[in-house]
Amino acid sequence: MAEVDIDKLPTYIEIPAIQKDAMAGDGPFKASAEIQEQLGFPGEKIENWQQVAIEKMAETTSKYRSVQVFLDACVKCGACTDKCHYYLGTSDPKNMPVARQDLFRSVYRRHFTFAGKYFPKLVGAKELDDAMLDDWYNYFHQCSQCRRCAVFCPYGIDTAEISMAAREVMNVIGVGQKYSNQILGRINKIGNNLGMPEPALRDTLLDLEEEIEKETGIAVNLPLDNEHAEVLMVTPSADFFAEPHIDGLIGYAKVFHQSGVTWTMSSYASEAANFGMFIGSYEVMRQGALRIRKAALDLGVSRIIVGECGHAWRVAYSFWNTLSGIGGGASDEYALKLQRQLDSNYPQPQHIIEFTYDLIQKGILTFDKTKNDHRKVTFHDSCNVARGSNMGDIENGQFILPREVIKAACNHFADMPKATIKSSTFCCGGGGGLLTDDLIELRIKGAMPRMQALKQSQENDGVNTLAAICAICKSQFSKVLPNYDFDPYMIVSVHQLVSDALVLSDKSQTKAEDSL
Amino acid sequence: MSLTSIIFTLFCYLSLLIFVIGLSYKIIQYSRTPAPLKIPIAPAPLKRSGVFMRMVAEVFLFKSLFKASKWTWFFGWIFHWALVLLFIRHLGYFWPGDTPEVLLKTESFKYASFPLIIGLMGLLARRIFVDRIRYISSPSDYLMLILLITIGASGMLMTFALYYPNMGLVYSFAEGLVTLNWSELPSDLIFLVHIFFVFILIAIFPISKLLHAPGVFFSPTLNQVDNARKRRHISSWAMQKETDKEVSIEQNLEKDE
Ligand code: SF4
Ligand code: SF4
Repeated sequence: MAEVDIDKLPTYIEIPAIQKDAMAGDGPFKASAEIQEQLGFPGEKIENWQQVAIEKMAETTSKYRSVQVFLDACVKCGACTDKCHYYLGTSDPKNMPVARQDLFRSVYRRHFTFAGKYFPKLVGAKELDDAMLDDWYNYFHQCSQCRRCAVFCPYGIDTAEISMAAREVMNVIGVGQKYSNQILGRINKIGNNLGMPEPALRDTLLDLEEEIEKETGIAVNLPLDNEHAEVLMVTPSADFFAEPHIDGLIGYAKVFHQSGVTWTMSSYASEAANFGMFIGSYEVMRQGALRIRKAALDLGVSRIIVGECGHAWRVAYSFWNTLSGIGGGASDEYALKLQRQLDSNYPQPQHIIEFTYDLIQKGILTFDKTKNDHRKVTFHDSCNVARGSNMGDIENGQFILPREVIKAACNHFADMPKATIKSSTFCCGGGGGLLTDDLIELRIKGAMPRMQALKQSQENDGVNTLAAICAICKSQFSKVLPNYDFDPYMIVSVHQLVSDALVLSDKSQTKAEDSL
Repeated sequence: MSLTSIIFTLFCYLSLLIFVIGLSYKIIQYSRTPAPLKIPIAPAPLKRSGVFMRMVAEVFLFKSLFKASKWTWFFGWIFHWALVLLFIRHLGYFWPGDTPEVLLKTESFKYASFPLIIGLMGLLARRIFVDRIRYISSPSDYLMLILLITIGASGMLMTFALYYPNMGLVYSFAEGLVTLNWSELPSDLIFLVHIFFVFILIAIFPISKLLHAPGVFFSPTLNQVDNARKRRHISSWAMQKETDKEVSIEQNLEKDE
C-alpha cells in the first residue's frame, strides 16, 4: 500500500478552503529523448520553445473551435470550482477547473487578445515563462480529463479540451510525460500498451482457455487472428494479464460462446486504449484508430466490438468514425470502403455491454444469479463512458445498459449517492494518463470523493463489490482502495459478474444459433 | 449643439462600431473554426431537436449553472432577466415618432432594476467573499460588475429618486441617434455617467468575457448531436490530410506482411 498522508473519509464532502501550492511540484516523470522522438516530438526542450509554443497555441485555436470558444467564453462564475475531484481531494486552487484553464488562458490572453496585449494586469494575462511552463506541466498532469467540470459549466467549458491542448503544446516543444508517451511508443511498435508480442498473447489466451475448461468443464475459445470470425474484439491489454481485468475477458469469452457469434482478437491491434487522446494529439490518436481499421480489414470481420475500457470507448464511440471511418453514414470513399464491409444491422463499433445486453433482451443468456448472492454490487460510472459516449442509442443508455447487465447477473444492486453517479460521476482519480506511480499522491487524494461515496453505500446498503467497465478505473481502485480501508479485491469487471453467473452450455454438441 | 453633446454622440457611434465589427469578427471566427471531433457532454442529445431543447434550457434557464450552484444561479439568472426587461423598456426612447402601444406598456419594467442590482450585488459578494471565486478573479472581473452596478444605480436614481433629467431632451437625443437627426442631450451628470458607461459596456463586448453570449451557441459540448457512430463527422483540415498523403486508401488496405 502506498504511503500517503490522507485524512479520514468525511461523512459528506465538504468544499475545502483553498491551500495555495498544496500540490506544487515538478509533476510526473518527463519522457526521455528516445521516447519523445519515437512519437515524432523533439527529444528535449527546444531552444526557442516559447516561440514555438505560442505558434502551436495559435494553430490549436484555429483548428479546434472548442479551445477557441472556451478560452473566450469563461465568465469566472466559479460554478466549476468545487466540481473537480482533484480540487476536493487536494485543496490546491490550481486544481479548480477554471484555475487550471487559466494557466492556459492567461497566456492566450497575453498573446492573442486586445485586452491582454495592452492591459495584461487588468485581465490577468501572463507570459509563458519558465515558471508558467512548470505550472503547466505540473497542473495539466493533475487533470484526468474526466469532464466533470463541463457538466456544470453554463457554457459547457470542458477543461479536458484545454488540458489536452496544453499537453500537445508541451510535447511539441519537447516536454512530454514519460508514462503516456512510453505507452504510445509501445503501441505503435508492438500493438498494445503492455508491449506484449503475439506469441506471449497467444500463450495467455491458451492458458485462459484451459483455465475456463478446468473450472467449468466446457471448452470456451479465445481466438486470435481468426480470419473467418464475424466480430473483431478490441479490448484494453490490461484484460490480458492482470486481476481483476482478466476475469472480465473470461466473461466476454463466455458471452461469445453462448451467443454462437464467431469472434476473434487481433495480435496486430491488441489494444483498445488510445493514449493519443490524453496527449491531445489528433495525429497520434488517429494512428491508434488506423491500426484497428487495418486489423478489421485484414481479418475481414463484419462487426467491431470494444471491451471494458473507458477512454477507449469514448475514442471508439465518438472518434473512430471521424479518425478512421469505423462507423456509419460516411459519404467519402475512404470511409465507405470499410463501412461497406461492416454489417450495418449493428451499431459500429459496439460496446461489449451493448452486445451482452442485447443477448439478455433476446433471452439468449441464462443466469444463475445466486452465484453472485454474496455480493452487494454498486456501479462506478467511468468518466469517459459516462460523459463522452452512449450505449444502445437511447438517451442515457450509457448509464442504463451497464446497470441492466449487472442486475441480470446479480440479485443485489444499489447505486451510490445521486450526486456522484451518472453524468455527475466522480473520476477514479487515475484517468487521463495519470495512472502512474510517480503520481501516487495525487491519485490517492483524487480518489477521495469516489471513496467517500462508496463508504456511504457501504454503510447504507452494505455494498461490498464495486463494478466498473474501465481498465484504468479497475487498476486505480485496486491500488487506492486499501488507503481508504476498503478491500482491494472488491473492484470487479462487470463481465466478471456476468461470467460468474452465466450458465454455460456445451456448444460443441448444440449447433451455434443463427438467430444472431 | 454643445461640445458634450457632440462628444457623446460620437462616443455612441464609436462604441456601436466597435461592437458590430468586433462581434462580427468573433462570430465569423467561431463559425469558421472547425470542431474536428464530436465532444458533446452528457447528458447528450441524440437528435437535433434535443440540441435545440438543451440550448433553450441553457440560454433561458441556465440549467447547468442551476445544477452547479444555486446561489450563483439565482443571482446570475435574475440579473440577466432583469437586464432583458430593462433593455426592452429602453427601446421606447429610441423609437422614432410615436412610441408604439406595446412599448408604452413596458413602463413597469423599470422595477426590474431592483432584481438587477440584487443580482449584481450578490455576484459581487460571492466574488469577494468566497475564497475560490476570489482566487480566480482578475481586476476586470470586479470592474465588470462595478460597471453594471453603476449603470443600474444611476438609472435607478434618475427613475426613482427624482433626479429626472429633462425627458424631452432624452427622447430627442435618443431618437436623434437612430434617425441621424442629432440633438442636444441633457447635461445632468448622472445621466452622462449612465450613458457613458453603457457605451463602454457596448464597446468592450467583443474584447471581454461578454463573449460568453455568442460563445454559448458555438460551444461544441453543448451544440453537438451525439450521433458519431451514425454520421461521419470530419473537419475540413482532417479531410484534407486524408486526401493528401498521410493515409491513402491503398496503403491502408495493404495486407500485413
Ligand atoms: S463554470 Fe465555466 S464559466 Fe464558470 S468559471 Fe468555470 S469554466 Fe468559467
Ligand atoms: S476534466 Fe476532470 S480532472 Fe480535469 S479539471 Fe475538469 S473535473 Fe478536474
